[in-house]
Amino acid sequence: MPRRLRLPQNWLAHVVLAIGVGIMAFPVYMALIGSTHDAATIGRGRLPLTPGPYMAQNYVQAWSFGTGERVSGTPVRIMMANSLAMAIAIAIGKIAVSILAAYAVVFFRFPLRMFFFWLIFITLMLPLEVRIIPSYKVASDLGLLNTFAGLTLPLMVSATGTLLFRQVFLTIPKELLDAAKIDGAGPMRCLWSIILPLGRPSIAALFVILFVYGWNQYLWPLLITTERNMDTVVIGIVKMLGTSESLMDWNLVMATTVMAMAVPISVVIVMQRWLVKGLVETEK
Amino acid sequence: MEARFPGHRLLPYILIFPSIAVIIVFLVVPFVQAVQQSFYRTSPFGTTTLFVGLDNYAQLFSTPEYVRSLLTSVGFAALVIVGGLAASLGIAVLVTRRIRGVGFYQVAFIWTYALSPAVAGIIWALLFDPAVGLGTYVLYRITGYRINMLVEGVPALLIAAAAAAWNMLGYNICFYIAGLQNVPREFEEAARVDGAGPWRTFWRITFPMLSPTTAFLLFVNMIYAFFQVFGLIDIMTQGGPGGATEILVYKLYRDGFIRLRVNFASAQSVVLFLMVAAMALFQLRVATRRAVYSR
Repeated sequence: MPRRLRLPQNWLAHVVLAIGVGIMAFPVYMALIGSTHDAATIGRGRLPLTPGPYMAQNYVQAWSFGTGERVSGTPVRIMMANSLAMAIAIAIGKIAVSILAAYAVVFFRFPLRMFFFWLIFITLMLPLEVRIIPSYKVASDLGLLNTFAGLTLPLMVSATGTLLFRQVFLTIPKELLDAAKIDGAGPMRCLWSIILPLGRPSIAALFVILFVYGWNQYLWPLLITTERNMDTVVIGIVKMLGTSESLMDWNLVMATTVMAMAVPISVVIVMQRWLVKGLVETEK
Repeated sequence: MEARFPGHRLLPYILIFPSIAVIIVFLVVPFVQAVQQSFYRTSPFGTTTLFVGLDNYAQLFSTPEYVRSLLTSVGFAALVIVGGLAASLGIAVLVTRRIRGVGFYQVAFIWTYALSPAVAGIIWALLFDPAVGLGTYVLYRITGYRINMLVEGVPALLIAAAAAAWNMLGYNICFYIAGLQNVPREFEEAARVDGAGPWRTFWRITFPMLSPTTAFLLFVNMIYAFFQVFGLIDIMTQGGPGGATEILVYKLYRDGFIRLRVNFASAQSVVLFLMVAAMALFQLRVATRRAVYSR
């Protein structure tokens, strides 16, 4: 294509893309700005578009107290620790459980194999929200309310993980395993020394997806945890909103929101390459 | 493929046990209970339980609030899905053009994947807060109309849908970028040589080749717009004003946990499950057709 034709076209594309990025980023930018002013400035109804002088104060207040004039909450540091523990437990637990199941389905032949596989597959069709009432009842019957196990265990069911690892394991050349067997390696040794190293990129990808999934849980923690020191940060923000009718310490809410976003966003940006790959792989 | 480890009879069961145990305890048992509950009715104080057959379902579809909630859900999902997918496809087509900085744009869009619907809801609630929201103010300045999502139903639904679609943009764009990279250039070039303009080339060649991606995204976005937006709705509108944003999953939650009509809510669960199953089967059918396109 002639060069002088392509330049204006690309220029237009860049402008449209920049507008797109702006639309994506603006609400988040606004949250950032909101977290640097005092409640009175936001309350006057004209949120400035430039940062204000109260940034340090807002963040320190949210981080160590979580309570302002009109909202009362749990210190963000406690909620961040809860969120982090929950997200990591869900991600690691789900990955471990899925790897074992996929390993069994791909490399072993046993009665009921396909039945188990379909049982896992069906979980795709039963999102937590659909079975929320009886799931809550089961958790409550098992005495799991307000426990870390109750918060994380029910979220470790995952068809996507098992399906992804099944896909990956099927592409592993069987000669590799045969060679290891000749060298005297048992099935667990093969999993640990051959399969896991080969599946590392998928594990990284799934970790990002599941970490974000765990961190962002809303409905389940809302129901399962009623004690304040078990609040995750997403739930904490909601409780802040709930404590006031019309006037709100938007500055503290926004400071907490920014902190709640910062962790998963950093994880996604740092591991961006694996994430995109993982999303595409799980699609298959 | 034959078994790799024929000597180990018990091991596969041990390996698959954690998955199956969690699935049975937290998935199969609750679901069976929901189905069972949906055929019974319990008196308000839990003293007597009566088998009523399909009565809960009949009641469901004869209750105006439920029918309204169903229509609200469909409208909301249509707004989120059509608006969201059209915007992301447009942006993705631009990113996959041969322009500089594709990597930058990819990162600039994908990070929103990390935002939960709840957090998106909080930010948009501030943006369109009737008193202090910047969006409310700008809209008022441009149109002279003061939008109030706490009082008026239609604006509330539109703002919630916009927030929900915005929240999914990054995810959708990423998939369209990946999908577009798999469309062979030769077809588009052949069409161009035959004299087709870019618009025609896109709709006749590129878009049909993308149909597996579109089908997949339709499924994911439907699940999103029907279920995962729960947090967003709970924070922004709580189903209000006057039930204008009470989508099915929110009604299920209200009936089950706030109004404590468990049997009625269980029937709703089962109906929702049937909907997801139908969507999943549709997606599966389209996905198996993919082979035709990729070969």
